[in-house]
Amino acid sequence: MASNTQEAAQGGGSAMPQLDFSTFGNQIFWLVVALVVIYLILSRVALPRIAAVLAERQGTITNDLAAAEDLKAKAVEAENAYNKALADARAEAQRIAAETRAEIQAGLDEAIAKADEQISAKAAESEKAIAEIKAGALESVKAVANDTAAELVTALGGSADADAVAAAVADQTKG
Amino acid sequence: MEGDIAQLGQFVGAGLAAIGSGAAAIGVGHVAGNFLAGALRNPSAAAGQTATLFIGIAFAEALGIFSFLVALLLMFAV
Amino acid sequence: MGKIFFYVALALVLVSGLVFAPEKAELAIHPMDQFRVSALFGDNISWYTPTNVTLWMALAVAAVFALLVLGSSRRAIVPGRAQSVAELAYGFIYKMVEDVAGKDGVKFFPYIMTLFMFIVMANFLGLIPMSFTTTSHIAVTAILAALVFVTVTVVGFVKNGVGFLGLFWVSSAPLPLRPILAIIELISYFVRPVSHSIRLAGNVMAGHAVLKVFAGFAGALGLFSFLPIFAITAVYALEVLVAFIQAYVFTILTCVYLKDALHPSH
Repeated sequence: MASNTQEAAQGGGSAMPQLDFSTFGNQIFWLVVALVVIYLILSRVALPRIAAVLAERQGTITNDLAAAEDLKAKAVEAENAYNKALADARAEAQRIAAETRAEIQAGLDEAIAKADEQISAKAAESEKAIAEIKAGALESVKAVANDTAAELVTALGGSADADAVAAAVADQTKG
Repeated sequence: MEGDIAQLGQFVGAGLAAIGSGAAAIGVGHVAGNFLAGALRNPSAAAGQTATLFIGIAFAEALGIFSFLVALLLMFAV
Repeated sequence: MGKIFFYVALALVLVSGLVFAPEKAELAIHPMDQFRVSALFGDNISWYTPTNVTLWMALAVAAVFALLVLGSSRRAIVPGRAQSVAELAYGFIYKMVEDVAGKDGVKFFPYIMTLFMFIVMANFLGLIPMSFTTTSHIAVTAILAALVFVTVTVVGFVKNGVGFLGLFWVSSAPLPLRPILAIIELISYFVRPVSHSIRLAGNVMAGHAVLKVFAGFAGALGLFSFLPIFAITAVYALEVLVAFIQAYVFTILTCVYLKDALHPSH
């Protein structure tokens, strides 16, 4: 069957064209040409260009990420400032409220003190008036007792010596 | 007559050589199946081993291709 | 009831297929004819004659040029379709070289990219019906594998000097075993280019031959040709996968061999 191969080499039969050594030189030559051309295309043009594009994209992405990071930091800063302002405002409000409260308290205390003073002054005045009235009443009671005693003595038929009656009344009322 | 017997031997031999392709298929299935079993046990490690999988499949398959080549040579080139 | 109808219809189809089958329904299948090298002009084939090999390799080069050069010519930050594919291919091979061969393998990246792009384009172009598949020829893949073999060996000796022979001296094995292992390693080292080349050519050749065989069945079966046509569709889908996988495998094995040359420690 070896002749079969020979036949195939001439272009007939059903042998394997892969083993037709007469075409090897041709295939190898064109393969080497194709590989060299592809190598030159790739190493001179395609690969550096694609590498540059990829590097550029990487750079852009990195820059964008950095910018995003910056913006995020700024946002955080702004939020912190806002929170601080809020806390300040709250403290201020509290301070003002406390101050006002203290002021009001002071005014109130003063008013209360004044009112107390007025009340105590009035009470003292009233006490004095009451004491006067009491003294006046005692005086009147002595006079009425004297008079009544004198009248009683007279009515009983005696003679009323004013001085004796007064002494007796004073003696009686004292005890 | 003598040529006929030679051709008979050729074709029978080619058929026998083609069995090797089936054996290679078993081998490839074994590689892929074991890879899958391992990958399902530890999926996180599977991604890094796909290259190993293909190398293993290639080695298993190469021998089947050899037997296929022997069959072809018997059919067409001897 | 529907089942019976189905079987009756099936029997009718079978019978009609036998009745209306083409008269000369001989199985004249020549699965290897598609691999024949023929001159584009004239009959003589010398080493520089433009043949269909030339044509389809030129188309592969043109496809690589179109994808990687024209596709990336806009240098867009947000890539279009062609540029995405070009960048994907670049990143895929670059990462493979970096992962498998190591950092110092990166300077061989253009070389490996050349191999990958040529093989993948030749494989895909070969899947076009009526085309010629350059990578199905052992002459082509043997040169590709021999280039890798020579490169790896030269790089190994230039980088490591005599230390490259340590690749064959398995220092982790017990001493009496080492000479035997060295012989096995040596044989396996020299078988590498053989398996490297035959794997690619054999896969591509086998797939195309299977397609052709099924196509021959389709021609001989008359009305039943839909069965082989389904099979052809399925096998074609598998072949599209194989076309890529084989290019990938060829490239990654190149990286593995390169790693052995750069870091021969076992």
